[in-house]
Amino acid sequence: MATPKDYMQKQWWKILSIVLLIYTFIAGLLMPVPRIPQLQETIRNLYFHVCMWFAMMILFTISVINAVKYLRNGLLVFDIKARQYAVVGIVFGLLGYLTGTIWMSYTWADPNNPAYASFSSIAREPKLIGAAIALLVYFAYLILRDSIQDLDKKARISAVYNIFAYTLLFPSIWILPRLLPSLHPGKEGNPALNFNDISPTMRLVFYPAVIGWTLLGLWIATLKIRLKILKEKIILP
Amino acid sequence: MKKIITSLFLFLLLLKIEAQQEVQMADEMNSNGKIYVVVAVMITILIGITLYLVRIDRKISKLEKNK
Repeated sequence: MATPKDYMQKQWWKILSIVLLIYTFIAGLLMPVPRIPQLQETIRNLYFHVCMWFAMMILFTISVINAVKYLRNGLLVFDIKARQYAVVGIVFGLLGYLTGTIWMSYTWADPNNPAYASFSSIAREPKLIGAAIALLVYFAYLILRDSIQDLDKKARISAVYNIFAYTLLFPSIWILPRLLPSLHPGKEGNPALNFNDISPTMRLVFYPAVIGWTLLGLWIATLKIRLKILKEKIILP
Repeated sequence: MKKIITSLFLFLLLLKIEAQQEVQMADEMNSNGKIYVVVAVMITILIGITLYLVRIDRKISKLEKNK
């Protein structure tokens, strides 16, 4: 039986995640934010929408690290880890996409015209297309994995594909959208990371929010990994 | 001298006009307190999800011990 001290030593980051998220929800809604025309109160979405992409990127990075580890020593545990981190990363990516859709339909769409009139310009948005490509490549990762029966072959091919998918993230969501004209902010640098670009009061909430959401994603991923390992042990004694 | 004072005055007037073009924010919602309702709802959802995750975590820990 684990003592409370042991529990705290191993599980403190789960508590930290929830505390940071509660802080994000309270401070994110109540703290003063810069007054920017067009954005108005929706600027608070920075604590939620942008954090989804940060969490996705970090989870995909952990996934590719585990894929490389698998290729180096061939232990199936790393394959399970790589897969589960990628899945949770995809979930966060989808949430980022969905929240982005809601946000842009209120800030990018021309309020004087019906919503569909703005669709053609919004659908051309390079950041949207890039993010869609990145997510589709990761969907293909899951399809590829599940289509191979042999366990070792499945693990090896999907680990190699994982590296390819991760490398493709960079041109599709980081480089190409910055080369093309875009409505999406953050084209001229890293607005979320640049200290001069984001207001100090927002930074107070934004960085804890990123950590909180990422830790929540890690928690879900570790649960999935532990469950999968248990399942595998029943199948393979 | 008079000219300078006049231009300074005009400049200040211009600043004032610009400051008046304020951005519409949800000040009223914050002042009459209803925003706290939103915070309460979001916190409730977050805590609900947390408790659910904790339950799953405990169940998996139990399974890991029984194997």
